[in-house]
Amino acid sequence: MRGPSAASGNAARGQLLQWAAVLLFFAFLPLARRSFFITMANEILIMGLFAMAFNLLYGVTGMLSFGQAAYYGVGGYTVGLLLTKGVLPYSVALPLAPVAGAALALLLGPLCIRLSGVYFTMLTLAFAELVWGVVFKWYGFTGGDNGIQGIPLPVWFHHPLHYYYFTLAVVAAAVALLRRIVESPFGAVLQSIRENPERTGFLGIRVRRYQLAAMVISGAFSGLAGGLFAGFHRSIGPDMLHWTKSGEVILMSILGGVSSFFGPLVGAGVILFIEDMIGKYTEFWEIWIGGIMLAIVIFFPRGVIGTLYQWTHRKGSRERDGNATAHS
Amino acid sequence: MDANLVAAQLFSGLTSAMTLFLVASGLSLIFGVVNVFNFAHGSFYLIGAYFAYQVVSVTGLPFWPGVLLAAAGAGIAGVVMEYVFLRRIYGRGGEAGFQILLTYSFILIIDDVVKMIWGTDYKSIERPESLSASFTLGDISVPRYDLVVILVGILVAVGMWWLIRKTRFGRNLRAISANREMASCLGVNVPLTLSLVFGLATALGGLSGALSAPTRTVTPGAGIEVIIGSLIVVVIGGLGNFWGAFVGALIIGEVTAFGILFLPQWAILFSYAVMALVLVFRPEGLLARRGGA
Repeated sequence: MRGPSAASGNAARGQLLQWAAVLLFFAFLPLARRSFFITMANEILIMGLFAMAFNLLYGVTGMLSFGQAAYYGVGGYTVGLLLTKGVLPYSVALPLAPVAGAALALLLGPLCIRLSGVYFTMLTLAFAELVWGVVFKWYGFTGGDNGIQGIPLPVWFHHPLHYYYFTLAVVAAAVALLRRIVESPFGAVLQSIRENPERTGFLGIRVRRYQLAAMVISGAFSGLAGGLFAGFHRSIGPDMLHWTKSGEVILMSILGGVSSFFGPLVGAGVILFIEDMIGKYTEFWEIWIGGIMLAIVIFFPRGVIGTLYQWTHRKGSRERDGNATAHS
Repeated sequence: MDANLVAAQLFSGLTSAMTLFLVASGLSLIFGVVNVFNFAHGSFYLIGAYFAYQVVSVTGLPFWPGVLLAAAGAGIAGVVMEYVFLRRIYGRGGEAGFQILLTYSFILIIDDVVKMIWGTDYKSIERPESLSASFTLGDISVPRYDLVVILVGILVAVGMWWLIRKTRFGRNLRAISANREMASCLGVNVPLTLSLVFGLATALGGLSGALSAPTRTVTPGAGIEVIIGSLIVVVIGGLGNFWGAFVGALIIGEVTAFGILFLPQWAILFSYAVMALVLVFRPEGLLARRGGA
C-alpha cells in the first residue's frame, strides 16, 4: 500500500511510467507474430479487467465476494444472447453487458451487504450459484449446459489482431476509469470502509450505501469483461458463472497482489500463462496452480507486485527504521 | 401423492443427510474451535472415498476395517495439513482471505494427486454382502446399507456430543473456542488440541467419503460437490454450531430428495435457495447462539 506520504510528484511520474510500460507491452506484443501469444494476451486482458473489477470489492473495500462470476457470466450471456438472436448489433450489445452486470448487482447487493465477513462471502456464493443453476438448466433460453456457440460478430472483428486491439482499447479505458474511481474521494471512503467499517460509520457515512455502490460498479466492470469474452471466444457456456470461475479470479488478484492497482492484471497473466504452459506438458496443471498459491500464501502474502514493491523499496524503508513491514 | 414414494424419498433424504452431516460436522468443528473456514474439507471426503476403494477393492480388506482405516488416513492427512501449513498463518492480518486461499489451494493439489494415483475413471466398491439386501417396511423397501449409514450418522452425532460436552478434551475445545489465549494461560495445550481437532474433523469427512463410496461411484470431482453442500449445511445451521450442522443436513438432505421428486430439473438449485432464504431472514443461521461451540 502506498501511503499519501510518498512524494506526490515522484509517485505520479512512477504511475505514469507503470501505465506506459503496461500499455506498450500489450500494444507491441503482437509483433511476436505468434497467434498463440495474441490469443493469450487477449485472454489476459479480459481476465485482468475482471480481476481488477473484483479487486475493487476485495482489495479496495474489503468485501470478499465469492460470486463475482455471476456478473461476468451475465455480461457474457447478454452479448451472446443478443447477438445470436439477432436482436442488436455488437456495438449496442457490448455496452449492455456492464449494464446487465450492474443491474444484477443492484438486485443481489442489498441482500448481501446486510452480512459481513464469511457470511457475506457465502451469500455471494449462494446467489451466484443460483444464477449459474438457472443458466445451466434453462435450455430453452440459455442453451443450458451446451452454452451458445457461433456468436456472430461484425466482419472487421474476425481478424484476431483487430479484436485484440479492440480489447486492448476497451480494457485500457475501463482500467483508467477504475483507477479514477479508486483515487476519487469516493474511493477513499471505500478504503476507509475496508480499514474500519464501524469507525467509517461514526463519521456519518452510510457504509452500506457505499458498499452497494462498490458492488454495482464491480458488477458493471465484471459484466463488461464477460461481454468482451463472449466476443473474443465467440462461444460461451455456464462455466463462466460457476464458482470455480469466481475462485480463479480471487486467486489471480491475490497472486498478483490485492493492494497494488495492477496486481490483479499481473496475477491474471501469471495464472493464464501457467495454465497454458503447463497444460501443454501435463494434464496436471491444477497441482501447480495450487502449489504456487500455497507458496504465495505462506511466503509472499503481498503477492507478486506487492513483494516486488517491497524489495525495491527495502533500502528506503530500512533507513526509516524498518516499520514498513509492520502494517497489514 | 403416493405415500410409499414419499416414505422412500424420506429415507433416501435421510441417508444423504447423514453423509452430509458427517462432513459438515467436521467443517463446523474446525470453524468453531480452530476458527478456520476449511474450503478443502470436501477433499478429505474424497481422500476417504479413495482410501476405502484402495483398501477394500484393491487390497481386499473386509469392508468395515477398511472404512475405519480410510477415515484414519483422512484424519492423518488433515493433521499434516494443519501442522505443516495452516499453522503458519494463524493470527496473520487479513487471515480470512489467506485461509480461503490456502485451503482452496489444497482442493487443487489433492484433486490432482488423487488423479495421479487413481486416474480419472469412476471407481466403485461393493457394499458388504450382509448389507446388500433391502428389507421392507410396510410397502416400501429400504436398502439395509442406507439404514446403517443413518445409524452411523446418529451414533457419530451422539458420540461427538458426548466428546464435546462430557470429556476433558471437550472442555478444552470449548475453552479454546471461547478464548484461545485464556485457554492457553490456563494450561490447555492449544497447538496440540488444534491439530487433534483438525484430524478428528477431517477423519469425519473421510468417514463420510468411505461410507458413500459403495452407494455413489468414486470420482475425482466429488470433493468440490461435497464442500459446497456441506458449506450450505453449516451456514444454514449456524457456523461452528454442532447441532446446527445436524439440523442443516436434515433440511438439505430432505429438500434435495423431495426437490428431485417434484422439480427434477431444478433440484440442484433448491439447497442454494434454502441457504439464501435462511441467510436473508436469519443471517446467523438457524441454531446460532452467540459464544457457544
